Amino acid sequence: MGTSPKAMSKAGAKPAMQTTAGAKTTPAEVSILQIFLEFLIIGATSFGGVVPYLRESLVTKRHWVDDKEFVEMLSISQSLPGLNATNMAVLVGEKLAGVMGSVAGVIGMCLPGAVLMFVVGIFYRIHGDHVWITAALKGVAAAAVGLILSTVVSLSKKSLSHKFDFVFIAITVIAVNRLHLGVPRTLIGVGILAILFHYPRKEQKASATP
Amino acid sequence: MNQIPALIRVFSYLSLLTVGGGMAAFPEMKILTVDVHQWLDFKQLIHLYSVGQMAPGPNMMMIVSIGQWAGGTLGAIAVLIAFFGPTAILAFLVAKGWRKLEKWPWRTSIQQGLAPVSIGLLLAGCFSMAKGAITGTETAAISVAVLLILLQYKINPALLVVASAVVGVLTFMPK
Repeated sequence: MGTSPKAMSKAGAKPAMQTTAGAKTTPAEVSILQIFLEFLIIGATSFGGVVPYLRESLVTKRHWVDDKEFVEMLSISQSLPGLNATNMAVLVGEKLAGVMGSVAGVIGMCLPGAVLMFVVGIFYRIHGDHVWITAALKGVAAAAVGLILSTVVSLSKKSLSHKFDFVFIAITVIAVNRLHLGVPRTLIGVGILAILFHYPRKEQKASATP
Repeated sequence: MNQIPALIRVFSYLSLLTVGGGMAAFPEMKILTVDVHQWLDFKQLIHLYSVGQMAPGPNMMMIVSIGQWAGGTLGAIAVLIAFFGPTAILAFLVAKGWRKLEKWPWRTSIQQGLAPVSIGLLLAGCFSMAKGAITGTETAAISVAVLLILLQYKINPALLVVASAVVGVLTFMPK
């Protein structure tokens, strides 16, 4: 959030840099290679979650998207199936250079982690039984559970809009873990119920169009 | 036996379930990769997922390891394309349409409605993983500690995962 005024004023301060005066933050031309390399860097350095790295790179450093656009793209990424990291690569790549931009973004984003996990997988298969690795992994797995729980908490704070949403969360968990209805049926069933619950109300409409 | 077609089927299906995050697909992933196809066991799945949290980039790259185990290099590539291809295409198509729907009132409803469901799926995935990962007081303590530290301080989660590996060695090494 703190980066937005800075980014805005920077973009406004040197309009001569931009060939198209109308475009706020879209650079005149971004090559496919530039997109690939930028996402490759993000894909190689984004330890502990991609979103802050994406914002730093795309909004603050490159001005490829502005802060408002970034938040909007993130909310689309969140609502769609697929990981935030790759959905963002698709959306930003598409904005900058169409289909090829998306492809370059996704490949760049995935390549470093994929190569790393390819090697780690082989190593784990050979050495995974060593006592000290088993011991370390026990700690790592426990940490991962805590990490997901913290994501659940921060997402709940950020994206829930009604108290009743906690009921939908509970129904979803029970459907998957207790009733074993499976993720797809739960997603569609509870999803439809929750969307209908959040049906467009008049006040909402009014506040949405200022 | 050639596992490539099965890998492609399983991971393209799983990719469509990752609403809100990779963890949402975890319960189905456990059933399909462990119970049905037996590419690895539950403990290995948990280990790979957890180690994957230390890797940069999208946090589900452990699927590459599963692909490699089941089908070699080709399996790893097949899994990558199967897992990221369909959702990338979907995101690409939706990107254009979604922007045009800015004024459509149901757009907000869909986002507001999917938010609790995706959080619920995340939590469900977390619980099904906890069944294998939380085996006693020590592991429970590590989880709670990580959760509290992350809620309280702005610290890179990957560092905490690494620290927990050290704690794990110190705690669980047979004396």
